[in-house]
Parts: sequence; C-alpha cells; structure tokens
Amino acid sequence: MKKIIVGMGTCGLSAGARAVYDRLEELAAETPGVCELTRTGCIGMCYREPLVEVRDGEDRVIFGEVDPDAARTIFRDHVLGNEPASGSSVVLSISPDSEIGGAEAEFIRLQERIVLRNCGNIDPESIEDYEAAGGYQGLRKSLLDMTPGEIIQEIKDSGLRGRGGGGFPTGLKWSFTAGYDSDKKYVICNADEGDPGAFMDRSILEGDPHSVLEGMIICARAIGASFGYIYCRAEYPLAIYRLEIALAAARKKGYLGEDILGSGFDFDMKIKQGAGAFVCGEETALIASIEGQRGMPRIRPPFPAEKGLWRKPTNNNNVETYSNIPWIVINRASAYKAFGTEKSPGTKVFALAGKVVHGGLAEVSMGTTIEDLVFRIGGGIKEGREFKAVQMGGPSGGCIPASLKHTPVDFESIPATGAIMGSGGMVVMDETTCMVEIARFFLDFTQSESCGKCTFCRIGTLRMLEILERITRGEGIPEDIAKLEKLSVQIKEASLCGLGQTAPNPVQTTLKYYLDEYMAHIDDQKCPAGGCLALVEFSIDASKCIGCTLCAKACPVDAIEGKVKEVHTIDTNICVKCGKCISSCNFGAVITR
Amino acid sequence: MKTATSQSSFNYRLWRYDGAPGELIPLLQSAQDHFGYVPRRAISHISGVTGIPESDIYGVITFYSQFRLQPMGKYVIRACAGTACHVSGARMIIETIEDELGIEVGDTSEDGLFTFNTVACIGCCSLAPVIMINDDTHGRLTPASLRKLLKGYRRKIGESTETAVEAVGE
Repeated sequence: MKKIIVGMGTCGLSAGARAVYDRLEELAAETPGVCELTRTGCIGMCYREPLVEVRDGEDRVIFGEVDPDAARTIFRDHVLGNEPASGSSVVLSISPDSEIGGAEAEFIRLQERIVLRNCGNIDPESIEDYEAAGGYQGLRKSLLDMTPGEIIQEIKDSGLRGRGGGGFPTGLKWSFTAGYDSDKKYVICNADEGDPGAFMDRSILEGDPHSVLEGMIICARAIGASFGYIYCRAEYPLAIYRLEIALAAARKKGYLGEDILGSGFDFDMKIKQGAGAFVCGEETALIASIEGQRGMPRIRPPFPAEKGLWRKPTNNNNVETYSNIPWIVINRASAYKAFGTEKSPGTKVFALAGKVVHGGLAEVSMGTTIEDLVFRIGGGIKEGREFKAVQMGGPSGGCIPASLKHTPVDFESIPATGAIMGSGGMVVMDETTCMVEIARFFLDFTQSESCGKCTFCRIGTLRMLEILERITRGEGIPEDIAKLEKLSVQIKEASLCGLGQTAPNPVQTTLKYYLDEYMAHIDDQKCPAGGCLALVEFSIDASKCIGCTLCAKACPVDAIEGKVKEVHTIDTNICVKCGKCISSCNFGAVITR
Repeated sequence: MKTATSQSSFNYRLWRYDGAPGELIPLLQSAQDHFGYVPRRAISHISGVTGIPESDIYGVITFYSQFRLQPMGKYVIRACAGTACHVSGARMIIETIEDELGIEVGDTSEDGLFTFNTVACIGCCSLAPVIMINDDTHGRLTPASLRKLLKGYRRKIGESTETAVEAVGE
C-alpha cells in the first residue's frame, strides 16, 4: 500500500500543511484501503514547505509547495494513478537503484544524516515508527550488553563533542559525573534553544523526539542517574506537545520507569518549560531555573558534574548531543569517527537562514567549508545578490566575511576567525546588510538578556549599545572605536558566565573585518549597505507606485506628495526617515539608498 | 472550555503541592495559563501555600519574559525579532503591527483583543519574517500580507461577536 506523508513541523504548519493534510484525509476517506496517510517532522527543506511525500515501497517522491489543490492532483495522479512524477514541484525522488533526483537533489546530496536520520522519515508521534527505524536498540544494547564504564568509553572513543556550542568532549563530561558518589544524580537535556537564528533543536524535538529520550536514558545508565529533566523553551509548543506524547509512549513500552527492559535500572524524566530567559542556556543558570529561582549563573567550580541540580551530580548536554548517542552505541565509535575531522569527529546540523536561497536544516560532516554550505547546499544568495558574511554562534558568535568562505566548519577553524561554532545557527548576509547595525542588533539582545549579576556585563553592554546606536544614527565620533575595543576586553574578562564572556564577539569581529564600514558611518555619516535608516535617502520607485496614497496618509510630516493613481514623490528635505511609508506600502515601492 | 481545564490544573497543582522544590515556575505558568496573566491574588495564594515570600515570587516573575503582571488580550501577537527575521525586515513587520493595532510593543489594545510583544526567536528562521498569533505561526510576511492576516483575525472576532449576539437573541 502506498503511503502519503505530510511534513508537519512548525515550518510546514506555518506554510499551510494543516489544510493540505485535511484535504488528503478527505480524499483518502473517499477511497478507503488505497493508501495510508501519516505525518512527519521537518525534513530540512523549510524553503519548499509544505512538503508531501508519496512512498511506494522503497520508492519515494517528495513534492514541494503543495497547496490543497496541488494535493488533489498529487492524489489523483500519483496515489490513485501511477503517473511518473516530474517537473519543478518534485523536490526529491529517491529510489534504491538510481541516484537521487528532483529539483533539490543537491541540497540533500552533500549531507550526512546521523542526527537527522529519522527526521522527515518517521511519524514523530508514533513510537512504533521509531522502533521500526531501529529505535531503542541502542538503549537495549547499553542496558543489557554493556557496563556503564563501557558506554562512557565508547562515547569517549567516538570523540563526540558537545553540540550546544562549547565543544567539550561528551564522554569526558559523563566520566566526571559518573565519578562522584551520590544517592541521587540527574540528567538534564538543554532544549532552551535561545540563539536567535537557530532552530536545529526544535526540528529534532519535533521530528524525532525519541532519539533524544533514548540518548538521555543511555546517559543516565552510564552515569548512574535516576531522574532527568528536559528544559524546553515555552516558545516551542509543538516540540513540548510531541515530547509529552513520546514520554507517555516510552513509559508505556517500559523504556522509562522502573526496571527498564528487565535490567533492574530505574529512570524517569519530565519536561520543564523555560520561561523565557536567554541566560538559562548557560548550564548553572538553567539549573537555578529548574530549581524555581531566577536564572542566574553560579560560580564554577564546583561544576554541575559535582554539585549541580539540588547540589547533586548532574550531567547536562544539549538536544543534538543526546540525539547522536543511540547511533554511536549501535554503530560504534569507529563508524562515527569516519565522519568529520580528526579533532572534530562526526557531523553537525546547521540551520541556514537569512539571505540564502535554501533556508533550512542541513547536517554535514564537520570540516565542510562555509562555501559548500552557503552555495551548494544553500543554493547561494537570494535575488542574485552578493555574499557578504555569515553570522555563526548567535549573539555569542561573530561575523565571518565572504573572504574567509573557504574556512572549514569545525571546533578549531571557526574560533580562529573570532566567531564561535555555537549551536549551529548560520545567518547569511548580503551586501544590503549593514554590519554596524548587526553589531547593534546583537548588543541590544545581550544587553536586555544580561541577568545583571556581573557589573561589566550589565553596564558594559549597555554602554556599548549606546555607542553603537549613536554610530548608526550618524552621530559617532572617532574615539568610539577605541572605546568599543576597550569595553569588549573588559566585559570578556570580568564576566562570570558565557553570556558576558562572549557578548562582545559580534562587535569585535565586525570591527576586525568591517572597520571601513564603521568609519563610513562616523566620518561621512553614510551607511554603505543602506541598512541604517537614519543615514539613507528615501525615494519612490515610479515603476512600482500605483498611486494608492497610503504612504502619503501614513507620513507623519507630510513629506509625500502625489495624487490618486499618480506616482508619488518624497521631499527629502522634509522627510524624517521614520520608515512609515515603507511599512504602509503594499507594493514595495519605497526604496532606500 | 479552556478556562475550566486550566483552572482545575492551577488549583490541582496548588492542592497537590507537597513542598517539592522547583515547583514555583510551573505554578506561575499554570496561573498564567488560567488567568492570562499572574494576578496579585495568585501571588498571595501561591505564597500562602508554598511559604515562598511574595517578594521572592515577584523576583522570579520579573526575571522571566514569559510572565506578565497585566491581563493579556484574546490574541497574543508575538513578532520574532531573531537574527534571520531582523535581516529579512522584522523591523517593518513590527512597525506595521504597531500602526495597524495602534499599540506599541508590550501593550494591549483598548478593546482587550490584542496584546503585542516581540520574542527573541520563534525558531522558524527559514520562513523569516515570522510572527505567532497565539499558538499559530505565520511566516514569509510582508507589510501587505500582514495587514491581510490581521484583517482576517478582525473579521473572525466580528463574526464570533455576531454569533454570540444571535445566540443571546434566540
């Protein structure tokens, strides 16, 4: 029987997958017994959502940008009928005896999918689907055939490093927690994916929640923990919903609870919803938050491995790290080391976003170059514009300029540029992105997210933000550059946790690679990229303006003139550059340069 | 319908409270689920049951951006201000919402229908710019498509008031 699978991650749903699913459900009900309709998580091609797959045995065809009408056609031609699928709506066609075909074959061809092995393949709300894909075999093996020491050794041998951004060797971290004697130990999964521009963990939780649970249970066995927490952002309602389903199913099947798989090992866990604080991604702040307090970081040592949650030994890893674990246990460390570089083995999931054609999720071997990610997988820059920079590591990271596009992404090469690996967010920027404005944007973020404990972070980031705001308004003075550099060093050295220690990175990297842009703002009051509204001139594109008068009505200073159905004009002498005309225009006719 | 279940869950949670540490945030979350915000009386009530001083509870509430001390509108609009949305024109989206609803970030409209906030990142970066209205995510927005979307919600509100009036009439 043929199978129809609709991509129903948050990305698919917001593109309209629900209506497509409902239509297919109606159609399937009209002709019972012809096909099975099911759902799956994010396959990674968010830019072609909603996606619908028709699976016939081993043959798979995935259609993109499906609306309810297209769903009807697909159902008629390819589910009821056997028409060969072709054209640009065919995103991927996969069959065992031929090469991957379809319009987006290049997107998938360069990828190595370990963490995303099941994302887009299984129904995340069905534990049976996960089991059929080899799920919980890693747990079975580690509980019944391995000692805790052997599990830790296997993870150590694999060379897996923490995927949350720090890159600390996972096996070593586990061995620390395992080494402390205690009546209670805890396992925490950090799913507080706070980096703006990153959505790897959301997609994994929505697409394959059991892989994370399995990784956590294996970890609990290895370190001797009896209880676990998944600390997930409240902004991810679908991820929380699917995790709850997964937890209940795992409990029912005996993968959680007492005497798991008859091994005598007891472990259970629950979900804690984050309440919206970026600093809670820091492990000691996260622990404080689970304890019900303000999420303020604590001084380390003692590290959580010794005194963590409720002063008990605690192991904390992020979603992607745990998701790797079952695969490593089953396929062994040697298979994992076959991917990636010597010092950064394995794969990494990246979230491509910003001005890139193919925004979505891609899992590649460590050591893949930025160029391959942006141009081969990402399909280059939108609207044929020029590639300017890629921002990695979110507010803690930095901007890597196009001139360094040959840099391989791994835990050694990326920090050498001044950025950080981070959790995998990659925001691509083109020539219209102003780098001073981007630095201001990140400082605005870290400044408001600083918990306020350390003076340099609390006040220093505010002072830096003020300077950057001044520069983007064209009121900067030459001394500002030296002040920014000095403050950057001071904040880094005098902050307790990762937030403060990395907050100046976006400023430092943009100063390093784009000093001329800063100087253009300061010396000439010009924004070369046209991103700072205060420093550009507004005008109306005569070819797009239809004379609807909306902009003239929106303008607070009556700088726009024009009659109904005639092209409008902006008097730049009166214009206060507020941008109201841009947001009021339905035709994108207001241009800034 | 929602109120009935969440009320029982808030009361149930409080009733079930056994002094286990770490329950404060879930209690506040269920209070907010129930009331739409954390009212003064809920703080006193939680304090009375848990023994946590009201000042400490207030400290926790103000630390996390999720908690609100003011009532929220029927529709909570959260505009993503993450990096990908920012470089894809989130600022224009935010301004359009402000203009259309006549309120600023953090405010609730006078009719109590809309509350507008920004959020660090919704995690739908490839669909930037993105907003959430209650639990529904809307992506690839332009000022024009956003206005259409908001109009749709306004129409929905209009219809539901009409049906309510009809029901009363019957």
